[in-house]
Amino acid sequence: MKRIQTLNTRTLVNQNLCTAGCGECQTSCQSACKTSCGVANQKCEHIN
Amino acid sequence: MIHQYKLNGYNIIVDVYSGSIHVVDDVAYDVINLYQNRSKDEIIQNILSKYKTDKTVTKDSILELMDDIETLKKNNQLFTEDTFSDMATQYKQNSNVIKALCLHVAHTCNLNCEYCFASQGKYHGERALMSEDVGKRAIDFLIEHSGQRHNLEVDFFGGEPLMNLDVVKKIVSYARSLEKKYDKHFRFTLTTNGVNLNDDVIDYLNQEMDNVVLSLDGRKEVHDSTRKTITGKGSYDIVVPKFLNFVKKRGDKSYYMRGTFTHNNVDFTNDIFHMADLGFRELSMEPVVCSQDEPYALNDKDLPKLKEQYEILAKEMLKREKQGRGFTFYHYMLDLKNGPCIYKRLSGCGSGTEYMAVTPWGELYPCHQFVGDKKYSLGNIYDGIKNKELVEKFKNSNIYTRPKCQDCWAKLYCSGGCFANAYHATGDINGVYDYGCELFKKRIECAIMMQVAKNQN
Repeated sequence: MKRIQTLNTRTLVNQNLCTAGCGECQTSCQSACKTSCGVANQKCEHIN
Repeated sequence: MIHQYKLNGYNIIVDVYSGSIHVVDDVAYDVINLYQNRSKDEIIQNILSKYKTDKTVTKDSILELMDDIETLKKNNQLFTEDTFSDMATQYKQNSNVIKALCLHVAHTCNLNCEYCFASQGKYHGERALMSEDVGKRAIDFLIEHSGQRHNLEVDFFGGEPLMNLDVVKKIVSYARSLEKKYDKHFRFTLTTNGVNLNDDVIDYLNQEMDNVVLSLDGRKEVHDSTRKTITGKGSYDIVVPKFLNFVKKRGDKSYYMRGTFTHNNVDFTNDIFHMADLGFRELSMEPVVCSQDEPYALNDKDLPKLKEQYEILAKEMLKREKQGRGFTFYHYMLDLKNGPCIYKRLSGCGSGTEYMAVTPWGELYPCHQFVGDKKYSLGNIYDGIKNKELVEKFKNSNIYTRPKCQDCWAKLYCSGGCFANAYHATGDINGVYDYGCELFKKRIECAIMMQVAKNQN
């Protein structure tokens, strides 16, 4: 595409509980912030 | 839904419901802006008129661009529809697992910081230290409620947790002794003001703690103005040499140098740069949480300055990274390829459901910021959850139950924000802390821009 460059991102569409939602990732507030919330900076730690 | 913005010379399009990010030129930026509300002919006329001196902009080139947009739409990368509304409540309802506890091992502190939301560690109650028995029972409680989850998290918090280090060690040792039997892995974190750090303590923390959060507010005069000793002197000269020693011995293990900024240091990037110049590399800086009546509370006039600061920070971080002296900032860490799944983005921080705080006496609260507010007592680690109605309220709260989140492009990045902030700002956990939202959106814009910039290099 000449005028659009798309970054390589993990798509949120059509994820299902086989590949997502395992809950093994860190609870967001347990990391550095403690007074605000964001999940964007959390890593996926999916266990098969 | 899309969000488009210009920052640091980049035109950025965020496709909210797919998580896709596009960098586009000016023409594509304008066409995408018009795409859903105008006819093709109207768009072509508008663009040809605006770019009449640009010979690359022809009717055919605009039609080609529109074909590209249609391709992205078909691939669920642009103008993606929202299909998550039912999943949000369903996912949280199906989960009865508790996987993380914040243990308040010390409701007391050896500093007297003016802005402390925990009221100098006492949480508006009595000074207290958690006993070994309460700590061990909390570990049992966590294992009992953790279901099939392998990774469990325990955060040692206060007050100042190093004032009760012997009990911390006993709790860690006890938890480790149960890992194999129950097929669990404990990840420990500890937040400290640094006063009690010495070589022995540092060696212990480096051995057992997956992450250590060190409290430093930046420049000496800023730090000393709020983070004071019991006798009222600044603590910078006490803690900075200890933090430097800690980080030197820390090796590759994670830590965060975490600061708080207030109305008195709206130019907080200078505090972050100060920390970086001292040699600290993993940094976090948070807006103060306090009543609007406090003289150091952030106000509306501060907001544009704070947003500008976040831009300054992002640009400086890119510059320093190129120069080989980069550092990380907690809120600018985005893993676009391996970031959180949609369920994580829908379910939020987990407070009151999968994450709870435990007082020195074993009482349970939705998180550390609710501790001391009796209305939010959930039960205790001996008798379990008593206030099931309240847990249900947390379970049923998500980005789709907050009317103000509906039209927000950042909702799948913040996941609805902090329950405690919402409660303290509006009186309701389903409310929205608008000031925090404004800062959060600016931070995510900057974080995405940094990813774009790195991608361009």
